[in-house]
Amino acid sequence: MANELHAETLALREQFDDSAQQKDASTLGMWIFLITEIMFFGGMFLAYTIYRNAYPNAFAVASSSLNEIIGAVNTAVLLCSSFTMVLAVRSAQLGQRKALIIFLILTLLLGMVFLGVKAYEWNQKFEEHHVPGASFHLDGTPLQGQAQLFFSLYFCMTGLHALHMVVGVGLLTFLIWKSYKGLYTAEYMTPVDMVGLYWHFVDIIWIFLFPLLYLIDRHLK
Amino acid sequence: MITAAVQERENYLNASYGLKSWLLTKDHKRIGLLYLFTITFFFFIGGAFATLIRVELLTPQGDLVSSETYNKLFTMHGVAMVFFFLLPSIPATLGNFFLPMMIGARDLAFPRINLLSWYLLVAGGALALFAMLAGGVDTGWTFYTPYSTSYSNTWVIATALGIFIAGFSSILTGLNFIVTVHRMRAPGMTWFRLPLFVWSNYATALIQVLGTPVLAVTLVLVFCERVFHIGIFDPALGGDPVLFQHLFWFYSHPAVYIMVLPGMGVISELVSVYSRKPVFGYGFVAFSSVAIAVLGFLVWGHHLFVSTQSVYAGMVFSFLSYFVAIPSAIKVFNWTATLYKGSISFATPMLYAFGFIGLFTIGGLTGLFVASLGMDVHVTDTYFVIAHFHYIMVGGTIMAYLGGLHYWWPKMTGRMYPEGWAKLSALVIFLGFNLTFFPQFILGYMGMPRRYHVYPPEFQVLHVLSTAGASVLAVGYLMPMVYFIWSLRYGKMAGANPWGATGLEWQTASPPPLHNFDVTPIVTHDAYDYSAISGEVIEVG
Amino acid sequence: MFPEQASTFAPEVDHLLYFLLGVSVFFTVLIFGALFYFAIRYRRRSEQELPAVVHGGMALEILWTVIPFGLTMIMFTWGASIFFRESRPPNNAMNIYVVGKQWMWKLQHQEGQREINELHIPVGVPVKLTMTSEDVIHSFFVPAFRTKQDVVPGRYSTTWFTPTKPGKYHLFCAEYCGTKHSGMIGWVYVMERKDYQDWLSGGRAMGSLAENGEKLFMSLACGNCHHPDGSGRCPSLVGLYNSNVRLSSGNDIHADEAYIRESILQPNAKVVAGFQPVMPTFQGLVTEEGVLQLIEYVKSLSQTPAATPAVNTNAPLTPSATPTPKR
Repeated sequence: MANELHAETLALREQFDDSAQQKDASTLGMWIFLITEIMFFGGMFLAYTIYRNAYPNAFAVASSSLNEIIGAVNTAVLLCSSFTMVLAVRSAQLGQRKALIIFLILTLLLGMVFLGVKAYEWNQKFEEHHVPGASFHLDGTPLQGQAQLFFSLYFCMTGLHALHMVVGVGLLTFLIWKSYKGLYTAEYMTPVDMVGLYWHFVDIIWIFLFPLLYLIDRHLK
Repeated sequence: MITAAVQERENYLNASYGLKSWLLTKDHKRIGLLYLFTITFFFFIGGAFATLIRVELLTPQGDLVSSETYNKLFTMHGVAMVFFFLLPSIPATLGNFFLPMMIGARDLAFPRINLLSWYLLVAGGALALFAMLAGGVDTGWTFYTPYSTSYSNTWVIATALGIFIAGFSSILTGLNFIVTVHRMRAPGMTWFRLPLFVWSNYATALIQVLGTPVLAVTLVLVFCERVFHIGIFDPALGGDPVLFQHLFWFYSHPAVYIMVLPGMGVISELVSVYSRKPVFGYGFVAFSSVAIAVLGFLVWGHHLFVSTQSVYAGMVFSFLSYFVAIPSAIKVFNWTATLYKGSISFATPMLYAFGFIGLFTIGGLTGLFVASLGMDVHVTDTYFVIAHFHYIMVGGTIMAYLGGLHYWWPKMTGRMYPEGWAKLSALVIFLGFNLTFFPQFILGYMGMPRRYHVYPPEFQVLHVLSTAGASVLAVGYLMPMVYFIWSLRYGKMAGANPWGATGLEWQTASPPPLHNFDVTPIVTHDAYDYSAISGEVIEVG
Repeated sequence: MFPEQASTFAPEVDHLLYFLLGVSVFFTVLIFGALFYFAIRYRRRSEQELPAVVHGGMALEILWTVIPFGLTMIMFTWGASIFFRESRPPNNAMNIYVVGKQWMWKLQHQEGQREINELHIPVGVPVKLTMTSEDVIHSFFVPAFRTKQDVVPGRYSTTWFTPTKPGKYHLFCAEYCGTKHSGMIGWVYVMERKDYQDWLSGGRAMGSLAENGEKLFMSLACGNCHHPDGSGRCPSLVGLYNSNVRLSSGNDIHADEAYIRESILQPNAKVVAGFQPVMPTFQGLVTEEGVLQLIEYVKSLSQTPAATPAVNTNAPLTPSATPTPKR
């Protein structure tokens, strides 16, 4: 029986009977974690939906002040990064170490581009006085309080998302380093798989954020 | 039988020594004990606050502490008890220790995440404790806005942050349990052969995983509101203070099921072993656990009946609240039926089980009162509600927890606790509890509001009775502290299966070996098949 | 050990209580009794005992699911019915305004009487409280009436009751609101009709709410834009209260107290169709009590010049009060 002598390895930790069970458990664990993240973001999405419904005019004006081109570019960047991540996972499954490293690096770079663009956007908002606070002012609506609420939610939601991206960047860096060390093989590439799931999830959150924040009711401006 | 040789046998306690071997352990059993120490600490913190509250309430005037202090006392009592004692209690101590053993596994799916969970609870608890010592927080454990976000001058953020961190402890434990039950059952351990304690903890884990993140994001919004004045809960800036209540209770109602479901799981085990019969209606009890977990997410609005929530929403939530009561009733009936034609032992754990069934019945029935809209308008925010939830949390959960501790003590430590003293303290706790909380139902219907530092003199008699009960209850809680510690050195040595129980955890030594089982068990029979147990039944009670 | 019954709701709630108590006592005795009986009858007599397995039955499970469910549905319906009626004040209810603030209750009668932490009302007359908070959430709780309603900043909430027995009853704040939460208490005095009239006449010198509202209207120069004939830059307010208003967004809205309050404090949130969003906000320039006075003044513009308060307390106890428009 596999229980008697467990040589603890990465591919087989002692609590598991075989590596298939271990991989299974890790995958289920990551999916459950992502569900908790959906509930976490969900609270903010709910608050946004409620206030959008309550203050449609102010929110439409505020939403229109966001640069949808930049938002679209960022969306494309993230979608590409998910693609390179998929290729990275594929490479790991095939045991192709060099390809794995390259695709991980590409994913990382695209992620950094996203964050850089986001930083630029936020800076724009700061200069336009769209950051909630004493010097907030949004042209085009007398409902300044409600418009400020839009931006509070905007910064909270994109900020939370950006925080998750930063964590993702950290995870990718870890993976790149470990891949370079030759840790991942076709038999054991679970961490690459798991980070892949996480990365796709963070991408999907953005897919929802983009239309909700940037696109709905643009024509109402 | 028990010889010196057994004492030398390697088990999880003597396999390694030193602080590092505990603080860096991956063993679910040791982590369960780490949690035991932590939550006991917070229980005494919360209990100290409760003592001060009850002493203050002996007289109608505010003569022991100032109003500011009193408001901090009830807040911190709630925070300590809910977030740092009750929510972790059974899952993180008994669940951690026994869930893997009950399914025949060597450990949980993610042992290092398990250890991380403990550290998160300690970190969160330390932060909350800091807030308590540095000046306290006075918002009520429910943090209603805009008081908590725009008016209170106390350590709101530190406390909220402490709870936020502890929340991740809960989420990770839940995640760990779900994956473990799905993927690590021993051969032959099908879902419907699982002990009901596993079913309960599984249902609890579902709630932990789905509900706690909403609390987390709510606390983030409170933080942002308080620090950055984003206006989300501030009417002056267009925000809605009642939105907070919806977000808060969306988690906190399911949270009460996190607090009671594991207790129900313990009771299922106790009622079976001390009647020496399978739990009556096993399938119904198992499904009831899951039903409670699911339905528990649909009723949060019953905390908002008088909050300016719409009348129609109130009706929907009231209606659904009655649905969630039914599975609990089903469990009570099935436990009672388990005793029929059984072989009933009066060992201490069984006394706690009786206490639970009786007091949970009363607490649950009073839930029907508050679920009724017209009744709730009168009794909400009064001592009636306080009595209702203490009947369930204390008369229910804490009784189950103590029952479980006594039941599994021989397995965890290899020692028996002193039966006479244990029975006595169970009785003292039962009497003290009822004297403390039954008068509060009457106080509530009479109109005594909750969170009141001073009160009209006509309420004094009932308050004096309640405080008298609290002193008895306090003595009752101190007694196990003393004799459990005593038993570690002087308690009778325990064999593998002193109770003649059926679970897999009893098929291995007391205390268990490091990897739980010397050979992975193969399960061939149902959960509570007493005919399959052989010998080793020791005289008890 | 039991609160007085001093409103029409009180006996109703108490009857529901008796039903709930009856069911609870029944099941408590049933369970405690069964536990007790089984424990003794089936107590373990020897350690070697192995009881036979008793098989569960679907019939039994269904029975003890369906019966409790039926009972809970009665509880639901009964409670919901009381709650529904508690949310529907009669049209002829006397209006009293409540402003809660840390840590006191401020009440205003339409006739002008103002009270702090006390509410004087006549017996037998339905009273509707329109309430708001100046700061945090409070709750207006009168145990003897069995009524309670949260008082929330930024919006109006209402509660109503018909007192049935003269006397003095506790008023409590029932939502934790800070340091002196337990000091935010007072008394409700239910008086005989004549006594109430006497009490009320002591306050006429202050002017009714509507009269004070008119003064405030003038002093804030609202009349510069809101001309009675609608000739100004802004809509006329005559006949506004309780009417339907078409907004520039195309929606219709019912002009109730909340609408008028919002129009004063956040005028550009809803703009009347055909008008420009030029009204300045009076947030910070008028207190919640001031808003209530203005609302009463606007209401008075919808009544005939010889209007009296909604319920004539001199009249006998028959439902023949001055008719007001349906909500």
